[in-house]
Amino acid sequence: MPSSFEFQEDLFEPERRELLEGPPYRFELDRREWAALVGAGLWITAAGKTAYGQSGAAPELAAGIRLHLGQDGTITVLTGKVDVGQGSRGQIRQAAAEELRVSPEAVRVRLADTDVTPNDGSTAGSRTTPSTVPVVRRAAARAREMLLGAAAQAWGTEPSRLTVRDGAVTEPGGERRMSYADLARSPGAADVRDEGAPRQPPLTPVEQWRTLGRPEGKADGRAIVTGRHEYPSDIRRPGMLYGAVLRAPSYGARLLSVDLAPAKALGAAAVHDGELAGCAAETSYQARKALAAMAATARWEESPQPSSDELTEHLRRTAQREGSGRSGPRREERGSLEQGFAAAEKTVSASYSIPYIQHAPMEPRAAVAEWADGKLTVWTGTQRPFGVREQLMEAFRLPAGKARVIVPDTGGGFGGKHTGEAAIEAARLAKAVGKPVSLRWTRQEELAWAYFRPAGVWDVRAGLAGGKIVAWDFACFNAGTAGMESPYAAPHARTQYFPCDSPLREGSYRGIAATGNNFARETFVDELAEAAGADPLAFRLDNLSDERLRNVLTAAAEAFGWERRRTGRGVGAGIAGGVEKGSYVAACVELAVEGEAIRIRRLVAAFECGAIQNPLNLRAQVEGALIQGLGGALLEEVRFAGGRLLNARLADYPVPRFADAPPMEVVLLDRPDLPSAGAGETPIIAVAPAIANAYQAATGVRARALPVRAKASS
Amino acid sequence: MPQPIELHVNGRTRTVTTEPDRPLLEVLREDLAVQGVKYGCGEGQCRACTVLLDGRPTPSCLTPVSRAAGKTIVSIEGLAEGEELHPVQQAFLEADAMQCGYCVPGMILTAKALLERTPDPSDEQIVAGMNGNLCRCCGYRNIVKAVRLAAEGKKRAEARHAELV
Repeated sequence: MPSSFEFQEDLFEPERRELLEGPPYRFELDRREWAALVGAGLWITAAGKTAYGQSGAAPELAAGIRLHLGQDGTITVLTGKVDVGQGSRGQIRQAAAEELRVSPEAVRVRLADTDVTPNDGSTAGSRTTPSTVPVVRRAAARAREMLLGAAAQAWGTEPSRLTVRDGAVTEPGGERRMSYADLARSPGAADVRDEGAPRQPPLTPVEQWRTLGRPEGKADGRAIVTGRHEYPSDIRRPGMLYGAVLRAPSYGARLLSVDLAPAKALGAAAVHDGELAGCAAETSYQARKALAAMAATARWEESPQPSSDELTEHLRRTAQREGSGRSGPRREERGSLEQGFAAAEKTVSASYSIPYIQHAPMEPRAAVAEWADGKLTVWTGTQRPFGVREQLMEAFRLPAGKARVIVPDTGGGFGGKHTGEAAIEAARLAKAVGKPVSLRWTRQEELAWAYFRPAGVWDVRAGLAGGKIVAWDFACFNAGTAGMESPYAAPHARTQYFPCDSPLREGSYRGIAATGNNFARETFVDELAEAAGADPLAFRLDNLSDERLRNVLTAAAEAFGWERRRTGRGVGAGIAGGVEKGSYVAACVELAVEGEAIRIRRLVAAFECGAIQNPLNLRAQVEGALIQGLGGALLEEVRFAGGRLLNARLADYPVPRFADAPPMEVVLLDRPDLPSAGAGETPIIAVAPAIANAYQAATGVRARALPVRAKASS
Repeated sequence: MPQPIELHVNGRTRTVTTEPDRPLLEVLREDLAVQGVKYGCGEGQCRACTVLLDGRPTPSCLTPVSRAAGKTIVSIEGLAEGEELHPVQQAFLEADAMQCGYCVPGMILTAKALLERTPDPSDEQIVAGMNGNLCRCCGYRNIVKAVRLAAEGKKRAEARHAELV
């Protein structure tokens, strides 16, 4: 079905999505307005263009305040990023604290409020670490330099003779002290434009880090363990009603008519506007009853839809092979394939496929919408606060300044919350009833109507000579371009991407297409190793020049004991690696096949993302991604027929549980000499191919489709 | 039809007038603003909505409010004593056993009941006892660590108590 929301950009590699143009206008801040929002004191605005590093994000100078030093001593960092559990709040806090020379607890972080925070684009693509953290650090370093400068001037000395410690400068050998609050209270304090500064303030080099690099626990840990932490679904507003929205019986179905009277008879307010029909009532129980009464009267026009059984054929059949531009196919070639295959001693080819899967975050989509004086405010869980604001402005034809999106820290995202469906639905209901409305999608709605991780099909072919890959021909259908480029050296190579008609609505995911592209590539590389009669690890190392990828493979293999691995009697070991978004991962798996059950007996992974900023959170991200990856590798698969999802319940859509988490070892390689890259996504990409390869070692049968299922006969 | 129902929530008695078949989860959240209890699936598969009903971990999404009448209901809000965290809460904090944190209230309540039943659980017993609770961030390792930490803390506290007596 055609998707009704714009999010496809996240399917594509950054260069396709990058918005290169700056804003046509730059406006001055209105001091009074901003003082009301963030408080009196000193503001540091950062240059907009450096902060986002994400597509679709027009930098907005009107919301450029990056750091606020309050006259009361509060220090606030502002960013349009969101925290969906990956730990951006803590990371931003830690980074600012490093440069300000204060403890992390002294820094407050204000995230994702389109009226207040800078537009830092989507929280996606592992961009917070490489793009947002440096900007925050620069603003914090600027504040530190200003404090040093002000103290030096007051005391008639040189800034270089002074240091900031615990948020203040102390006069050497003297009594006087100047803090950030003193600086904020000084008569000259005003808003400071970072971009106009004569030079960039120096950032603290890694070897001098005192706060970054140390394990820091969750920023809001205490609120979380006491249940006080407020998620989007917890927002309450005075007079708020609870909403429910009518869903189609099948994908692509059109609502012909619906009678609202039965819902109204039950005391609910009901609305039907175009494709949306829904109701709102005092409790969600009443809203459900009213919705059921409405639904019984609804007439739909359904249309034929493909089923998951014919998915592979459907994608191949609808592949778009001609065309150009953003949404067209892609093809990259080097050398000459013909020459490469002619020189090959052996040629190997294979096809792979992956199904649609769901993100299934713990908190389904939720939004509270409120209209006041023609202005719409929505609290919602989304990874694209500014994108959702645009969607709201478009849906309700609102001028700029009349829509505000606030994102409370959200119960999971994994790339699945880029869109604003719940926000728009809640806003439409709220407009109809004249009261704030809370709309919380049910789990069943989240599984059926949220967008999916794209399915994909691959055709791969390669030529071998002397244990080396001499020709490489890789074609991906539908899944996407992230992670398509092979890290293996091949003089003659062709990489192709074909967009297809997607039966289901699809969008971003953790690692997006790198999950499928790495599954296909790393499983195929094992087939090549087999054809070359080489050990899978040795074959990889022989064909890889990327030192960092070699390092993680070697580190994982060593920790796993690759040389001493067990094989036979249904037990096998597999290895796989990959690079994505500037970070590197390798995984080794030992599994046992027992009848139709595949039991992961051990999982060892090595991960490297440059200089480690917070080893505690990094480990949690890596472990979480690995286990989430086990779900896609072994359990998860969206099944559908006739436009209906066949497993839109958690009972029918199993995801990893405690008992599925295998004995695990994670090796973190620290590279203080390299810039930090994001780490939330990449660790997921090596799990599935390592499992497929281990399955082959255990059974002699290649697993070329996900999820890997044991065939009872083998 | 709505009827008055008496609920004992976190040590307080509250009377709600509501439909008896309404899920306890929604009455707690919407009528009583007890929001630490979370909706996750409505099918008892994720246990984010866990409350202790007469001490037993119970999915409140599948429990009609009438069935909770007269029983003691403990939600995450009922664990800490003032500013002092319950040892299981403290252990989750120390083990940093949370990513988005949405599953944590249910995890902590399930763990509390598990430790009362099995004060010194093996890792296998922890996994078996917690397996009904989902964490989509998949932070299972730190959660197992937290439960183990809570068990050890409890043992130490008991040993100290025994020495004093």
